[in-house]
Amino acid sequence: MNKENERTYNITYHIRRYNPEKDSAPYWSQFTVKVKPGMTVLEGLHQIKETQDNSLSWRFSCRMGVCGSCGMMINGKLALACNTQILDISSTALTIGPIPNFDIIKDLVPDLTPLFNKHCAVQPYIKRDDLKDMDVPSGELYQTPEELDRYLQFTYCIKCGLCMGACPTMATDKDFLGPMPITQAYRYCTDTRDGGFHERKEVVGTSHGAFRCHYAAECSNVCPKGVDPARAIQFMKRDLVLDYLKLKKRKAPCKEIGSYSGKPVDGIPDPPPFTVDQG
Amino acid sequence: MNETSYWTWHIITGLLVLILLGMHMLIMHLDGILGWFSPAEGEAVSWDNVFSRSKHVGFTLTYVLLLGAALYHGLYGLRTILFELSPPVRLQKFINVTFWVGGVFLFIVGTYGSLAIFKQ
Repeated sequence: MNKENERTYNITYHIRRYNPEKDSAPYWSQFTVKVKPGMTVLEGLHQIKETQDNSLSWRFSCRMGVCGSCGMMINGKLALACNTQILDISSTALTIGPIPNFDIIKDLVPDLTPLFNKHCAVQPYIKRDDLKDMDVPSGELYQTPEELDRYLQFTYCIKCGLCMGACPTMATDKDFLGPMPITQAYRYCTDTRDGGFHERKEVVGTSHGAFRCHYAAECSNVCPKGVDPARAIQFMKRDLVLDYLKLKKRKAPCKEIGSYSGKPVDGIPDPPPFTVDQG
Repeated sequence: MNETSYWTWHIITGLLVLILLGMHMLIMHLDGILGWFSPAEGEAVSWDNVFSRSKHVGFTLTYVLLLGAALYHGLYGLRTILFELSPPVRLQKFINVTFWVGGVFLFIVGTYGSLAIFKQ
């Protein structure tokens, strides 16, 4: 076996601690963690909690980069702890803190309530005029692969909040909507199934909306899923301006095709065969 | 005006300032090489040349346009800086009113000055 993979490193974790119920101010704790190649920052935190200090608090869930729970500041860069291998960052020390621009509940756990409130404010769901049909769909809504491509990357957002922590405007303007909500507003406005642009523009086109973005692009720099929120925000500005100048192409939400009658629609390929015996 | 309209005009006036200020730079500071719009002897800033340009209707219009564009662009930029400090809503309204009133006042004063020379 490769000897390099067997080698163990002693890495010092400097972790920013804070318990608002007991502490008057944040402070730093140091722990030594035995690290093998391939070990993630998240695994290091588990080792600390299991063997050294069980009061250490942070959020995690999937440990595979899809839930967005374990976002934190690692050696000055925002990242998911489960997605970050320790030895890719440092072979001597890690400095870990909570996501900036949020109040702290405890240690590495930020209060993400403002993030979710702002997300709700942009109405992040398909909005159509046929309200009854939204609740009880009577058919499928047609969308071409090209139409899907225009917003698909913005659907990859896992709401981890790293973009909100990296944003310099969020640091100064607490009322700024932030990269994630504006990106999701654009995602739904661009979806051809949606007809909610004129309602969302009343939220995104305000004095603390898309126009407060100065294109630092740190949000795109830290996004773990390649969403590129800076791009979405500039596209949102473009659409708001074109709408103001009456140059925006008005599109009707795509029409339904077919109905749930059981009749197959032409051109849709058969599903692949089952790989498990259906009995 | 809502924020989209404010920002759109910020972009438009920014482009106007770029073009008109660019013209100003060429006329006033490359006069030795280009000599544009400086019919009298001497530098572009000599009294005769300045007076000659001020009597030209096209120039008077560009002065007024540059004044309006620069005032709008600058004041909106300053407003943006102040708004990012999260002032309370009442203070935001006060800033809006003050900047509009002050900006319009300065525009009127500057336009009056430009027209006063033009009419001489």
